[in-house]
Amino acid sequence: MPSAVELRDITKRFPGVVANDGVRFEAAEGEVHALLGENGAGKSTLSNILTGLYRPDEGEIVLWGEPVSFASPRDALDAGIGMVHQHFRLVPPFTVAENVILGDHRGEGKKFMVHPRRIERNVAELGKRYRIAVDPRARIWQLSLGEQQRVEILKALYRQARILILDEPTAVLTPQEAESLFETLRVMADEGRTVIFISHKLHEVKAVADRVTVLRDGRTIDTVDTGSATPRSLAALMVGREVSLAERVERDGEIGAPVLEVRGLWAHGDRGGDALRGVDLQVRTGEIVAIAGVAGNGQRELAETITGMRAAADGQVVVDGRPLRGGDAREAIRAGIAHVPEDRLHTGVAPSLSIASNVVLKSYRGKQVTRGPLLRLRAIRDHAASLIRRYDVRGGGPELPARQLSGGNLQKVVLAREFHGDPRVLVVASPTRGLDVAAIETVHRYLRDAASSGVGVLLISEDLDEILALADRVAVIYEGAIVGEVDAGATTVEEIGLLMAGGAG
Amino acid sequence: MIRFERRLRQPGWLSVAVPVGSVIVAFGLMTLVLLATGHSPGHTFSRLLDTGFGSKVAINETFVSATPLLFTGLCAAVAFRMQLFNIGGEGQLYAGAILGAAAGIALGNHSGWLSVPAMIVAGAVGGAALALVPAILRAFLSTNEIITSLMLNYVAALVINYLIFDSQSYWRDTSSPTAKVFPQGKNLPEAANWPLAHVGGLYLPFGLLLGVVLAAVIWVLYTRTRFGFEVQVIGDSPRAATYAGMRTRRKILAVMALSGAVAGIGGASQDGDFRHTLDPRGLTAAGYGYAGIVIAALGRYNPFAVCLIAFLLGGLQNAGFALQGVDFPSGLVGVMQGLILFCALGGELLVRYRVRLGSRGAQRAEATA
Repeated sequence: MPSAVELRDITKRFPGVVANDGVRFEAAEGEVHALLGENGAGKSTLSNILTGLYRPDEGEIVLWGEPVSFASPRDALDAGIGMVHQHFRLVPPFTVAENVILGDHRGEGKKFMVHPRRIERNVAELGKRYRIAVDPRARIWQLSLGEQQRVEILKALYRQARILILDEPTAVLTPQEAESLFETLRVMADEGRTVIFISHKLHEVKAVADRVTVLRDGRTIDTVDTGSATPRSLAALMVGREVSLAERVERDGEIGAPVLEVRGLWAHGDRGGDALRGVDLQVRTGEIVAIAGVAGNGQRELAETITGMRAAADGQVVVDGRPLRGGDAREAIRAGIAHVPEDRLHTGVAPSLSIASNVVLKSYRGKQVTRGPLLRLRAIRDHAASLIRRYDVRGGGPELPARQLSGGNLQKVVLAREFHGDPRVLVVASPTRGLDVAAIETVHRYLRDAASSGVGVLLISEDLDEILALADRVAVIYEGAIVGEVDAGATTVEEIGLLMAGGAG
Repeated sequence: MIRFERRLRQPGWLSVAVPVGSVIVAFGLMTLVLLATGHSPGHTFSRLLDTGFGSKVAINETFVSATPLLFTGLCAAVAFRMQLFNIGGEGQLYAGAILGAAAGIALGNHSGWLSVPAMIVAGAVGGAALALVPAILRAFLSTNEIITSLMLNYVAALVINYLIFDSQSYWRDTSSPTAKVFPQGKNLPEAANWPLAHVGGLYLPFGLLLGVVLAAVIWVLYTRTRFGFEVQVIGDSPRAATYAGMRTRRKILAVMALSGAVAGIGGASQDGDFRHTLDPRGLTAAGYGYAGIVIAALGRYNPFAVCLIAFLLGGLQNAGFALQGVDFPSGLVGVMQGLILFCALGGELLVRYRVRLGSRGAQRAEATA
């Protein structure tokens, strides 16, 4: 089959990171080609380059044998590249048909007068051809997320996209909806279009794609036929055993009695539905328990429910044998639960406030920093200065707004605050995401130290290297439930990877 | 192509250069307008300064104009600091004026000095009560407080008009000879007149002093207390506040009540300091509440800056009254005030954003990165 799109040695640098480092990629006409990689492997950057949002620093884009250069996303659209983003770009009060012609500057959308009937008819025909059932007159806000995704696909088809990129399309779909999406993708490929399917779910890739290109750390690792690959071999390619940043280190300290127990925990997600479906967990003093899983399987909700930011629908969180009422972060803090949240810039700190203010974000009611209703600003500043020294926070003094710190130093501020409260339990979510190697090492050292001093650590991470380097036990979460638990010393990346992908091999 | 980019850091010199530049630009534009309409710019500007700030008499007048603006400016600043957009200062001022006047009338001359504090408390209660309506809706139903507080301004305006013009209410004067010709509010008793401080030829209304004291109290509250700390965190990042275990709902109620109470005291000050009756026409025509929003924005929600800007805008307003006459239509005064405000607010944009000329491609990629 002739090649539809080819990326030659694409390099894209951002301040401090090389997001794509000489990436090679090639997809043929009429194929579904999966782009597989962990978070931060460079998938999104690559698709942004292909859709004209970024320009590569080096390298070449070749479409149907012709080198092209995109000055804007519109150029890419005109060249026949359509994209379905993870977060939809639709206008909620408009109808399906109106959204489809929005931004179309060649066909119906270009005319001054809009003929709704004609557009609706065209959209309905398109839908029939590709088995995408959507009412063209429905308004976007009335549609489910799965239906909205179909509108995005229709939009691309209406603009005669010959190459369609889908960014983690199944993240918002039920298994049934995912099935019908795969069917649509096959119809499109059979017509000679090219579908680029970005994912990190192994079984989906196996189910829908003809070939897979695996990215890791911004580089192309390999392109393989899905027919000859197994989830096992794909997991190995994706995670890459040989580049283990973090080494497993034995810790001092003994593992003691259970300090955190989670019993049959259920919780709703932000979009309704059950994000947690009966989670049972136990963390003992001095122990690091990791929660592994593909993003969006309930990890965030689990951290939020344990730390009181989200109310449980059912079940209990027990600290030191005492059950919490739940849904109250202040109660959880008092019970000794420290929390290093996933979104450190907007949840972990108040970004415009000073480091000093952020250091006392949870302890501003305490005796050390208050006199009656008044805050002792000098005491707060001194406290911040001493933590800055102790945790080696670089970039500025106590008065510096937190947002001006680099990711690693910001994380040190959060850790300093959370450790200082003498926690019993530490819940950390993706603690090293976006950090450089040196900062990762520091954060890992702090987590080990915390465990050695008798804190029970619950580490939620999508980084298996990190999990294997730090954890004593690994529990794997899938669709809101723990589907397996393994001893970190006696497991393999493959074993965990298979559990993460839903258990089946 | 002109584009605006958000500044990552705001250099210190800008916060001086921009306001000064704005004023210069404003006066430049006014010169053009004045020349085009056949007036002498030099003469007009010197009269503007004289009648606003040039003599003791002028400054006394400016104090009178500035007092209500100080309260409504503080009202807006208090709420905006927590990203709570209380646009209802106007209505909350009316509510304060209604309850303040009621307290003054009810106490008569029997209670002596007690009338003044009673009016202050009544005004605060009135303003706070009205502000709590959007606050409760926002805290428990996530209703947009901009819209609800704005709509209540119209409700409050209709109520205050109803009390004097369309009913035989407690506030309406029904006995005096003039009241037979034109509906008006009861005159407040002697004891309800707020004292006037006399310092070196200047007359300082009690409300003005109270407003300055309130500004200081608010500053301490917001920068030195646990309450203020929570307000800062919630205003900056509601998620961080939830994470830290702060009670966001209670804070919304408290801050809106405080904001409304400040405007309400401003309403009571109108009764006690200046009007000595409940005066719907005068209050609704003045638009103090809306001016307060501009003042808070210009003062960047800093209570002391609000004091200063209320004084300057008060002077401008006051000079406007003095300027208009046979050969100087009131519309032209409005144009001049509008130009100054327009330039001041436009200048604010330059502090926060930088203007870029040129093509977009490469820079856009940087911006998205």
